[in-house]
Amino acid sequence: MSDVLTVPRSRRNVELALLVLALAVAVGANYLAGTGREEPFSDYFWSQALTLGLMGLFVHGILRFRAKYADPVILPVVIALNGIGLAMIHRLDLAAAVNPDFAPVAPQQVLWTAVAIGAAAILLLLLRDHRILRRFTYISLIVSAVLLLLPLTPLGLEINGARIWISVGFGTFQPGEVAKITLAIFFAGYLSTNRDLILLAGKKIGPLQFPRFRDLAPMGAAWLVSIGVLIFQRDLGSSILFFGLFMVMIYVATSRVSWVLIGLAAIGAGVFVALELFSHVALRFDSWINAFSPEVYERVPGGSHQVVQGLFGLANGGLLGTGLGGGRPDLVTYANSDMIIAALGEELGLIGVVAIVMLYMILVSRGIRAALGTKDGFGKLLACGLSFTIALQCFVVIGGITRLIPLTGLTTPFMSAGGSSLLANWLIVALILLISETARRPAPTGPMKDSFPEALGVNGKPVKKRAEREATR
Amino acid sequence: MNQAIRSAWVVAIGMFALVLGSLTFVQFFQAESLNTDRPEWNSRQLYQDFGRQRGAILVDGRAIAQSVPSDDEFNFQRVYEEPELYAHLTGYYSLSLGSTQLEQSQSDILSGTSSSLFYDRMVRLFSGAGSEGASVELTIDPQIQRLASDLIPDGQRGSIVVMEPSTGNILAMVSKPTYDPNLVSGHDTAVIEQNAALLNEQPGLSIYSNPATQSLVAPGSVFKLIDAAAALESGRYDARSEIPNPPALEFPGIEYALPNFVTGGCASRTTADLRFALEQSCNTPFAQIALDLGEDAIQEQAAKFGFGEELSIPTQVIASTFPSDLTEPELAQSAIGQFDTRVTPLQMAMVASAIANDGQQMQPQLIKSIRAADLKLIESPQPEVLRQSVSQATADQLTDWMVNVVDNGTAAGARVPGVRVAGKTGTAEVSETGDNAWFTGFAPADDPQVAISIVMENVDIPTGQQLTSPSAKRLIEAVLNR
Repeated sequence: MSDVLTVPRSRRNVELALLVLALAVAVGANYLAGTGREEPFSDYFWSQALTLGLMGLFVHGILRFRAKYADPVILPVVIALNGIGLAMIHRLDLAAAVNPDFAPVAPQQVLWTAVAIGAAAILLLLLRDHRILRRFTYISLIVSAVLLLLPLTPLGLEINGARIWISVGFGTFQPGEVAKITLAIFFAGYLSTNRDLILLAGKKIGPLQFPRFRDLAPMGAAWLVSIGVLIFQRDLGSSILFFGLFMVMIYVATSRVSWVLIGLAAIGAGVFVALELFSHVALRFDSWINAFSPEVYERVPGGSHQVVQGLFGLANGGLLGTGLGGGRPDLVTYANSDMIIAALGEELGLIGVVAIVMLYMILVSRGIRAALGTKDGFGKLLACGLSFTIALQCFVVIGGITRLIPLTGLTTPFMSAGGSSLLANWLIVALILLISETARRPAPTGPMKDSFPEALGVNGKPVKKRAEREATR
Repeated sequence: MNQAIRSAWVVAIGMFALVLGSLTFVQFFQAESLNTDRPEWNSRQLYQDFGRQRGAILVDGRAIAQSVPSDDEFNFQRVYEEPELYAHLTGYYSLSLGSTQLEQSQSDILSGTSSSLFYDRMVRLFSGAGSEGASVELTIDPQIQRLASDLIPDGQRGSIVVMEPSTGNILAMVSKPTYDPNLVSGHDTAVIEQNAALLNEQPGLSIYSNPATQSLVAPGSVFKLIDAAAALESGRYDARSEIPNPPALEFPGIEYALPNFVTGGCASRTTADLRFALEQSCNTPFAQIALDLGEDAIQEQAAKFGFGEELSIPTQVIASTFPSDLTEPELAQSAIGQFDTRVTPLQMAMVASAIANDGQQMQPQLIKSIRAADLKLIESPQPEVLRQSVSQATADQLTDWMVNVVDNGTAAGARVPGVRVAGKTGTAEVSETGDNAWFTGFAPADDPQVAISIVMENVDIPTGQQLTSPSAKRLIEAVLNR
């Protein structure tokens, strides 16, 4: 199945070097954010530097001992993104501190960072091999359903028209973020088990082979989840994300473009119905197309004020940016969460924000590289699905901010203020690291101790015959 | 499966490419229009401008306008020193009223965003120094400015412009009534608007413009300098030409007659040469010259002195006007600076300057130098010739006659012992209650150091005479003794 050759080298020292570089960028950015107020070495500076440094080195240490062939680029990239995000949140705190009622966001986000990286570390320690997750295929489905339904229970909170939060004692939590992972596990497990069935049956019309009706059931389920999230939680962003996740996984599992076409048709119909039925979706579209018309700009709620202010911010940054602390990203509502890319674009300029997008591009590419390299279908699907989701999320967020597509309330992975998103994304990183470990680990050499068929197998599972392999290409 | 994974990767990279493209579009190609097109929605520019350490406006090395740190959200507060003395030059830099005068015209320089400061900006960017604007040093002499201001009594509306004929440098430019720009430069928009309303209630005061460059007043007899110039330049008149000097000029078919000034010395002669007509400021000879040369000739000579043209010094100077499509009585009136002839006080200083400078008119200039925040000299405007207003011969002849006006005529109050002063007075009837009293001239006549234009608006004749020529004397003494 794998036709990618990987040189079996550990590369942990490369990771350490890159990690130091990433920390320099993240801590440096935070230092610069603080100089604007002439207090660069505040308590917050040290807590950010120490949290990122210690937790980054901690994960690095775990990888050294437990997954030494894991991809060396992923961890530094994510530390850099997380650190730049913390610096920007800190910088926005300083701007908002003029208001006496204001409570700083950054210290809480540092705490969440520690929790998220800690959770990722625990996952790395406990899981050791991602294939164990395959056992939880259907449990994952149930967990996903519970997580998605939680906000609709009395525990749920409605904020700004979307019902995607639950209150958990000390704060709020977005269960949908974690549901992204459990849904990915379910799809990966289901599709890797049933792909042969789905593939072999079905009618061929022209060049496209269409699936049997009953094999469409999981796709129908995914569609229902997406539309359900849209209708009941009024969260367009998550809805797109779930559906994109499923689409890419079913495409990778079957290699059939027909599935993608059916999926796009279904989502198109869904969006059309949503436009007709739900005013908030229609308003989103209107404030996208007519963002600069005065009545749309001034409409509250559902106006284009936020996106237009974000554009002003980006334009103010221009090519080189105003420098951290030099712009007014605080003029954009939700500058530290949904609109953090506008804030970064304003202060770091086009050059800076392109560098950030490149970091995401590297992260996604390394995740997909892990999917290519690993030998089990479950791992391929999981790594590819999760990586693609990060790309899709970046696209929806930045595309929305730059008015390429309508603005939807989604977090920017690793950067936006908000604990649930950070936690979920760090867990995704842990999973991708584990899968990359199996992708890059050298095949066992040395004397064969076990019996012949098993020795040929990969991790205890018999390998498919060559003819079968060809058939599934 | 791997092929499909590769396709997924291509789609992912495609999405990143789209996003990079749209970021580039917004931040590079669309940036300028987003930054400037909707100031009513985009308060960034405002916050940015007001949050910046704007450069100072300096007179003789001392800041008359500067930004000092403030502890509100703007970080800096604009403060004006000797605010009432310099208000009409600096203008104000106001959150809700915008900015005026030098604060407006030099905004790019003061805020440091001017393209001429690009290098300086780059150095500051890479050295990590905060952004700070350049400072603007004025040509104003603070002592002359102070004296000029003292020469206009409080409550009197008037302007004085003092400039160097050979360079165009403005040494003093004051107008009253004046105001305190600090009142409208705070950061509380409600207070600004309240103060602005109170200021605008003061009679004769407009905080939005500089009267010396942006108000048009009737010039009266000082306009006769232009008639005399037109007469000499036409070649049809010279020092020996005798022009009829009737007590009043009558027009066939209508009842109106243009009179000479009743109490003046004009009545002593029935014909006048130009020397005498200027000396006693006789109306009828000049009216006849204008009728003889025609509207276009006067119009043309006025244009050669700068009428009909806006200027930037670099604050805005509006165009002085000589009317067109005139009937004969209208032309006669216009030629003696009445009817619709209107000038800025600066315009008459420019006329005197041109005559003083051998007929060559220099571009008036308020700015001596522009220095970056590190005091490095960015720019220092060089004297610039605007045009040849009259030939050197005409200028010499006019100078002679103007000296005679001071020595023997209406501008006797401007005499300075030991100095040949050239001058011309004017009185324009503007209303029942008062006239505009003028003096314009220069000194010393053989080596002009200073050209002056003084106008006192809406005064009775004795007060007007008291506030013009004697004031010119004091200003000339001050400049020559500095």
